[in-house]
Amino acid sequence: MNPSHTTAPATTLSLRGTLAAQAGCVLTILFSCLATAQVAVRGDIVYTMDGEPIRDGLVIAADGDIAFVGVFDAARVPDGVPLHQAAVVTPGLIDAHSVVGLAGVLNQGVLDGSSRVQDQDQLETSAPIQPELRAIDAYNAREELVGWLRSFGVTTLHTGHGPGALMSGQTMIVKTRGDTAEEAIVEPFAAIAITLGQSVSSNFESPGTRAKGVAMLRAKLLEAGRYRDKLADAQDDEPDRDLALEALVSLLEGDVKALVTAHTATQISTALRLQREFGFEMLLDGAAEAYLLIDEIEEADIDVVLHAPMMRAQGETRNASIETGARLRDAGIRFAYQSGYESYVPKTRVVLFEAAIAAANGLGFEDALAAVTRDAAAILGVGERVGSIAVGKDADLVLFDGDPFEYTSHVCVVIIDGETVSDECS
Amino acid sequence: MRRLATALFLASIAAPSAAQNAPIAFRGAEIHPVAAPVIAVGTVVIEAGRISAVGPASDVAIPAGAEIHDATGKVIVPGLVDTHSHLGAVSGGDRSAALHPEVRTLDSVDIRSDGFKRARSGGITTVNVMSGSGHLMSGQTTFLKLRAGATKVEDWLFCDDPLIEICGGLKMANGTNSQRAKPFPGTRGKAAAMVRELYVEAQEYQEALAAAADDPDEEPPKRDLGLEILGQVLRGERIVQHHTHRHDDILTVIRIAKEFGYSPVLHHVSDAAKVADEIAAAGLGVSLTVVDSPGGKEEALGAGFEAGAALERAGADVAFNTDDSVLDSRRHLRSAALAVRYGMSREKALEGLTLAGARMLGLDDRVGSIEVGKDGDLVVLSGDPLSVYTHVLETWVEGERIFDRSDPDQELWATGGYGVYHSGGVLHEE
Repeated sequence: MNPSHTTAPATTLSLRGTLAAQAGCVLTILFSCLATAQVAVRGDIVYTMDGEPIRDGLVIAADGDIAFVGVFDAARVPDGVPLHQAAVVTPGLIDAHSVVGLAGVLNQGVLDGSSRVQDQDQLETSAPIQPELRAIDAYNAREELVGWLRSFGVTTLHTGHGPGALMSGQTMIVKTRGDTAEEAIVEPFAAIAITLGQSVSSNFESPGTRAKGVAMLRAKLLEAGRYRDKLADAQDDEPDRDLALEALVSLLEGDVKALVTAHTATQISTALRLQREFGFEMLLDGAAEAYLLIDEIEEADIDVVLHAPMMRAQGETRNASIETGARLRDAGIRFAYQSGYESYVPKTRVVLFEAAIAAANGLGFEDALAAVTRDAAAILGVGERVGSIAVGKDADLVLFDGDPFEYTSHVCVVIIDGETVSDECS
Repeated sequence: MRRLATALFLASIAAPSAAQNAPIAFRGAEIHPVAAPVIAVGTVVIEAGRISAVGPASDVAIPAGAEIHDATGKVIVPGLVDTHSHLGAVSGGDRSAALHPEVRTLDSVDIRSDGFKRARSGGITTVNVMSGSGHLMSGQTTFLKLRAGATKVEDWLFCDDPLIEICGGLKMANGTNSQRAKPFPGTRGKAAAMVRELYVEAQEYQEALAAAADDPDEEPPKRDLGLEILGQVLRGERIVQHHTHRHDDILTVIRIAKEFGYSPVLHHVSDAAKVADEIAAAGLGVSLTVVDSPGGKEEALGAGFEAGAALERAGADVAFNTDDSVLDSRRHLRSAALAVRYGMSREKALEGLTLAGARMLGLDDRVGSIEVGKDGDLVVLSGDPLSVYTHVLETWVEGERIFDRSDPDQELWATGGYGVYHSGGVLHEE
């Protein structure tokens, strides 16, 4: 998607740190930076999430990437390059788990023979285990909710099949731009969505209990292990292709992660046990009661894709706390915020608003921002491209007219891959 | 009558608070009376459950023996009014009919429902609990005051005796939620006709009652629990609280209300910005539900954050609601703040959480502003009412504290945590 990573000399320096970055662009400013610069951004404060915030900072994007970041006085904005100015600049925000694009704004899910539009593709209920369902085949890049999230600074979205089945399908990582899934894709297959909660039993005749569900998951993973062995052993007689088992081999091989939705302490314990048994890379998803198992999660070195702080606390999420993020941070557990999925309204939450609540409830400004930028990117395995403002990374930027988390501030400009996709305040 | 009601309640509450015994004074706070300009450093005094003085700290004399709360650096606003909530596990009409004016939510309110802890920790002191929108008329709503020490719903009412007084509104709805198989309407046209037919019947019932009152030989009609409630609506004594979303549905509400001469409050009103002038011209109040993204159903595609500003510009009265558990009672302040983000004035936004809501419930002689003679309902905030970083520190009803964030157990009401909320909410399809 970004073929320009190595074309600009300024970015090939690939030196980290503000001073080095400045030097890179200043030295070459008459050459490549100038030649390919798309847009420049000046902020009273720039939260790079890659070192200390920069007062009166400047960011220059070239060929979709960040070509310069430093203090405003350290570089000259090339003539003819548009300059946006704002009080605060942050990296593009990352929603670490959503179903937007598969789930649409109309909330019309059941094919009931009527002619109405069906726009709820986040959960298939024909069978409880279907890891072969690809997110890329169900993602509507033009979905109104994608634009809604983008207008609040969300530039990267981890979306796909939702909670509600033992294995509901695959997830993907996209930018919130482009008219097709192909144009939006950052990672076409990021994780397999697994649910340990009681919603599974309400969607399927079997499993009827959580314990049965776990037994079914283990049996399927063992089957995938045997399939992998057959593939490895096969000289001439490869086993017949099996799309579900192929997807699970990707999981067992560590190519993709398991996104395991588990809210109660019992479910979280089960998730940790499954991970220990099969050794896959796990993202603990939801985790309403994570605060009860801080030591265990920390010991297992598991990243958490934490529920939206404003998620409704009911049923198996009834014990959710808006301070859980602060407690994970205190324990050194890496986590990111998600918009999540709740039926009905809102059809999507907005991680900017969710991080704001966390910031105001023990987490603090910069750690809350990290949970929707740098740490989210690292957890999702896309930290090389997004999540911070550093030379060589994708030029995804958000400009605010005040504290990004304050209710009454505004998202003024959103830039994705160096392109200004919204400009609201001018 | 209302004064008497308050006195009776205060007498009947066996609460430990000093409210009844000693005056309470909050000194040094920035006070937002809502009905008057902000007082930078003010004092407010509550005596016998009512506000007895408010003004600049230098001007207000604190009565002898008063319990003094130093509120320096804090912000005090009136107790918040929630014009639309489903707390208390309330129910309304059943599937037997589309119109149930005779059904009272009063008979279903569970005052021990732990959702009320969300309201208390969010600074809400007055709540209009309503049944859902799956009926054209789902039932009578109930106005609650979240007083300390209650043992039954009567302890929370604004009226003295629900058998002889009007203690709430009437929930109505149009649009897709109330359209379904018989006996419900299948189309918008049918829905409107069914509502009009019932109001015509209510008019005839009122005429028959009046005729019997005038003429001793005339037999009065048999008492009808539903039609007598609609008579209260027609006489302007009971306020219709009307769910509506789409622009044309909003205009249908206005059209029918005008035909029968009542003034409903419009709730949700996703397309409010499209028909703001018509709403303002009709003189109707609007109670907005500020949801984080549009949709959820076709008729709510227009939902956004701009409605508050558009209605204010048009000159309409604007309040906010939580529709709990669609929104969370703990974050009622947030709805007003988001409206300000999109151009509503700070003053009107704060009024929308307090006095405007009180007006829409017909309770503005009792609550909604910090004025001498009004109920002693206050919220003590850590800072700017419209800032995400502000916490509700204390909530007071009629001089008694119903939320205290400095108590670790009660702080959990605001943050959530293990075992804090047992029952969970029931999500009404609104």
